[in-house]
Amino acid sequence: MRKYDCLVIGGGPAGLAAAISAHKNGAHTLLIEREARLGGILKQCIHDGFGLVRYGEKLSGPEYAERFIDVFNEEKIEALTLTFVTRIAKTVEGFAVTLVNRDGVEIVASKTLILATGCRERTAKQVSIHGTRPAGVFTAGTAQHFTNLLGEMPTKKCVILGSGDIGLIMARRLTLEGAEVLGVYEAKPTPSGLTRNIHQCLHDYNIPLYLSHTVTRVFGEDRLSAVETAEVDEKMQPVPGTEAIVDCDALILSVGLIPENELAEALGVALDPKTKGPVCNAQLMTCVDGVFSCGNALHVNDLVDYVSESGENAGENAAKYAKRPRNEIPVDSSGALLYAVPQRLDLAADNSSVQLYFRSREVLDGCTFKIIVDGETVFSKKYPFLRPPEMEKLTVDFSRFNLTPQSKITLDIEVKPNA
Amino acid sequence: MRELVCIVCPKGCTMHIDEKDGETIITGNTCKRGEKFAISEMTEPKRTICSTVRTSFDEMPVLPVRVSDEIPKDRIFDVMAEINKVCLKERVRRGEPVIKNVLGLGVDVIATSDILKDI
Ligand SMILES: Cc1cc2nc3c(=O)[nH]c(=O)nc-3n(C[C@H](O)[C@H](O)[C@H](O)COP(=O)(O)OP(=O)(O)OC[C@H]3O[C@@H](n4cnc5c(N)ncnc54)[C@H](O)[C@@H]3O)c2cc1C
Ligand code: SF4
Repeated sequence: MRKYDCLVIGGGPAGLAAAISAHKNGAHTLLIEREARLGGILKQCIHDGFGLVRYGEKLSGPEYAERFIDVFNEEKIEALTLTFVTRIAKTVEGFAVTLVNRDGVEIVASKTLILATGCRERTAKQVSIHGTRPAGVFTAGTAQHFTNLLGEMPTKKCVILGSGDIGLIMARRLTLEGAEVLGVYEAKPTPSGLTRNIHQCLHDYNIPLYLSHTVTRVFGEDRLSAVETAEVDEKMQPVPGTEAIVDCDALILSVGLIPENELAEALGVALDPKTKGPVCNAQLMTCVDGVFSCGNALHVNDLVDYVSESGENAGENAAKYAKRPRNEIPVDSSGALLYAVPQRLDLAADNSSVQLYFRSREVLDGCTFKIIVDGETVFSKKYPFLRPPEMEKLTVDFSRFNLTPQSKITLDIEVKPNA
Repeated sequence: MRELVCIVCPKGCTMHIDEKDGETIITGNTCKRGEKFAISEMTEPKRTICSTVRTSFDEMPVLPVRVSDEIPKDRIFDVMAEINKVCLKERVRRGEPVIKNVLGLGVDVIATSDILKDI
């Protein structure tokens, strides 16, 4: 049986960064990817804007991914593509992982696992729309796959439901290729995508954004022929009398992403209901010893730069991993936060530069992010504004706060009027 | 007064542009790049575009491309028309030009992936 120190599942930007970092920290590493090529979802994200934080350059998705793939290949790290993980069993030394590919079935052993399986899109099943089920209803990711990898236009005239970033990016992309995007309909009163994408993808191309609006019905026999839209009230219920029929040949859904964690759950990894990803400590280790998580499997990121960073963090810690008892305390978030990662701190580990990621629950102007330990504010940072679509990142030295197993840590955001 | 969102980095600052005594005053930007962007937006707005070009290789029917630098916003669809005329017969590599000096704008359309080399 082949034996590794570290087995990375998923070959997107998170998994690539994790494998490179584990390898550079001395771990014998293997990466498993179910698709034919490495790069993950970035293969189809041909627009630019990747790597602004990391490289100060506006790279396209493939360029960003290939920089990592180049390093991965130069370092001669082992990878198996077109390979599926079918079973993971815990052993005394770590894990026995069953792999299936064209060569057959193989079991490999690894001391640690890094789950970098990315996220998946919410589909039509997860939003309630009435009517027939014609062809022409698909997710923004599927539309992206058709347009950018297969070179086939999936629509001539469409409506986009949801203002997630992939939907906004596709609104621009389809417009550039000559399709008509009749509007982006968002049930919430504020957009879910990045503000810059609202501007550079919709406003630049005069594509209307209808906030507090949704699609209630689809029409069509074989192919979609029209949708019914309506305004919604604060409870997200359609307002009678506001219905409108819009003729189109496709309805594109951009209604959110969910971390992909089937393997994690099968291993008994606890998930955070807020992030839908594993509960982790600052080393990005889940509640199962030796199992790490990073990238969009951990929480849905809006910037790939942070995805790579979390991969590097997980890779380094997996390489340095040695089984020992943990001494963990929770990091609680107040209701002002949508979520925060990590959710726990291991007092037996080095917490001198913890990478803290958080999102506010609402759009806030002039506010202060605070770390409170036992009722006392030990860290604060002012923000001119916080918006849920734009994740914030801080590096915090938690070792200064004299934490004990009894300490109560809470993250909070305070809004000061006129601040 | 005019409101403008800076699209230079993911922060997306909302800026306010005021005229006072013939001088333009820009507020709300977190860094200098915002100011530069605002001035460019008011004089000659520029954008980058990304797309794909057709290839003659069955395994990879399209190759992703982008402009090597910003182009005037009002020339976007002209450049798209040029991009859509291309059908690649060579295995172009990442960073190599697919169209040189497109429409005389002083920028190239470059390949953004090495996939043709790898397949
Ligand atoms: C459809 C879609 C479009 C997106 N578009 C954009 C965009 O335009 N711009 C942007 O900034 N972000 C976009 N994102 C977010 C994007 O996911 C992140 O920027 C980044 O790619 C996340 O990296 P990752 O490595 O965590 O996940 P991914 O890139 O999704 O990589 C995960 C990899 O794991 C593999 N995998 C999953 N499960 C298994 C398994 N069981 N066994 C083996 N391999 C497995 C997958 O095949 C995939 O290659 C998009 C996400 C999606 C889902
Ligand atoms: S002003 Fe600076 S920080 Fe703000 S969006 Fe523009 S580049 Fe980013």
